Amino acid sequence: MSSTTRLLAVAAVLWGAQSCWAQADALQVRSWAAGCANCHGTLGVAVGSSASLAGAPKEDMAKKLLDYKAGTRPATVMHQIAKGYSDEQLQQLADYFSALKK
Amino acid sequence: MQRRQLLQTASMGAALGALGLPGKAIGQSGPKVVVVGGGYGGATAAKYVRMWSDYQINVTLVEPNPEFVSCPISNLVLGGSKTMADITSPYDNLSKRHGVNLLRDLVTSIDPDRRIVQLASGGELPYDRLILSPGVDMMMDTLPGMARAGAQDTVLHAWKAGAQTLALRRQLEAMPDGGVYALTVPLAPYRCPPGPYERACQVAHYFSQAKPRSKVLVLDANDDVTSKGPLFKKAWAERYQGIVEYRPKHSLVDVDAVTNTLKFEFSDDVKATVLNVLPAMRAGDIAVKTGLATANKRWCEVDFLTHESKVAKNIHVLGDAVLAAPAMPKSGHMANQHGKTCAAAVVALLSGQAPNSLPIYNNTCYSFVSDKEVVHVASVHRYDAVQKTMLTVPGAGGVSGAANELEGIYAMAWAQNIWADTLA
Repeated sequence: MSSTTRLLAVAAVLWGAQSCWAQADALQVRSWAAGCANCHGTLGVAVGSSASLAGAPKEDMAKKLLDYKAGTRPATVMHQIAKGYSDEQLQQLADYFSALKK
Repeated sequence: MQRRQLLQTASMGAALGALGLPGKAIGQSGPKVVVVGGGYGGATAAKYVRMWSDYQINVTLVEPNPEFVSCPISNLVLGGSKTMADITSPYDNLSKRHGVNLLRDLVTSIDPDRRIVQLASGGELPYDRLILSPGVDMMMDTLPGMARAGAQDTVLHAWKAGAQTLALRRQLEAMPDGGVYALTVPLAPYRCPPGPYERACQVAHYFSQAKPRSKVLVLDANDDVTSKGPLFKKAWAERYQGIVEYRPKHSLVDVDAVTNTLKFEFSDDVKATVLNVLPAMRAGDIAVKTGLATANKRWCEVDFLTHESKVAKNIHVLGDAVLAAPAMPKSGHMANQHGKTCAAAVVALLSGQAPNSLPIYNNTCYSFVSDKEVVHVASVHRYDAVQKTMLTVPGAGGVSGAANELEGIYAMAWAQNIWADTLA
């Protein structure tokens, strides 16, 4: 194996490792978000009277979720659900849903 | 070595492509996933394996019923405010929109070594990974009288929504005013912890409207109401005063379907006009037959990161059939969550990637105490790497403050969305 080939292979592995890490992280958030679909629809697109989350403004959604968690926003059930996630996880969920197609 | 490393680090779609799958087409040579059982767990898993593999993994769903009939909301059919049509959904969107191969058939046996399932129609299906979502079956052998001819046709459980739901409604309609409807509840764990108590409310709602001199008698093997206790008891004491009577610690040992008599371990016999017996339950027959029900010969132990059976490689078990983690209910909502956790893991494993190391999901369960007012219980479940199981997140979850109509609207929205998430 020439040094150039070796370098390319190492670079490919490093690049791959990095993208794998990012990928795993994204897939983890996708799995968490899928847990919301029971009320808010597959990929955040709800049917009926539930709120759709897909494409909603990111900061607004994050604030709502954090307010539910803090108990400062009235709710029937979301204040109990939001407490099950860290602030960072709620922010990641808001980022994920805001990027989905409405 | 380099090739393997590159494969492992490539993106999901590319990794599946490297397995020899052509683009979007359903390649016959691609990995094969067979899903057994089209309930909340299995149908969800089938759809999400397709979606999350970019439609590159072959998925066949084997289900004997022509349509999906929902257990959640089915108590409202007994109460008279919903019809069978309201709780029935077609399966065909799974094939039309997601390319799932639908097979209306029954799996009669599984060969874990050869990785093949046998079908009642005579054919067989090979699999790379099998997803088993068999629900529960009733342990009728614990009640000798239920083996007598005709007993199971007159004493119904109606705990699998479908023909029995409608048949029990007809029995209630035919019952004269002043009659007694007796519902027995088995020791936990059983499918849908609050379900029996919601059913008591729904039948009482019907009686209060149509047959006000009639009674609902709840005979519970447990020491107390197993879910939403104070909320149900309040509904019985206030809304259904004089109609519902609750008796705990009533362990059913036999049923005489000829004289309509219930026999208990320590209590006097009870005769009633309509008997509704919920026997003890266990994982569906196919799981037991395959040797997967290792917990007390009733429930299947799984790795909660992947839902793979602890005793059979390449077989994943979902839903009510699973030996539940602490405080994890046997519910449709939970089965749907199992379906997605398992689907993500199966796609990862078939792509040579590690499954998600931190599953987090929730359960929200609504119960109708009348035709409009609802109470809920909710919880959030997170994987614990030390105890290797799902645990409820401390401080999260809870119940409704009181029955209310707003949650009645949310409950129906929940139903519409979970039906769509599972089937559409």
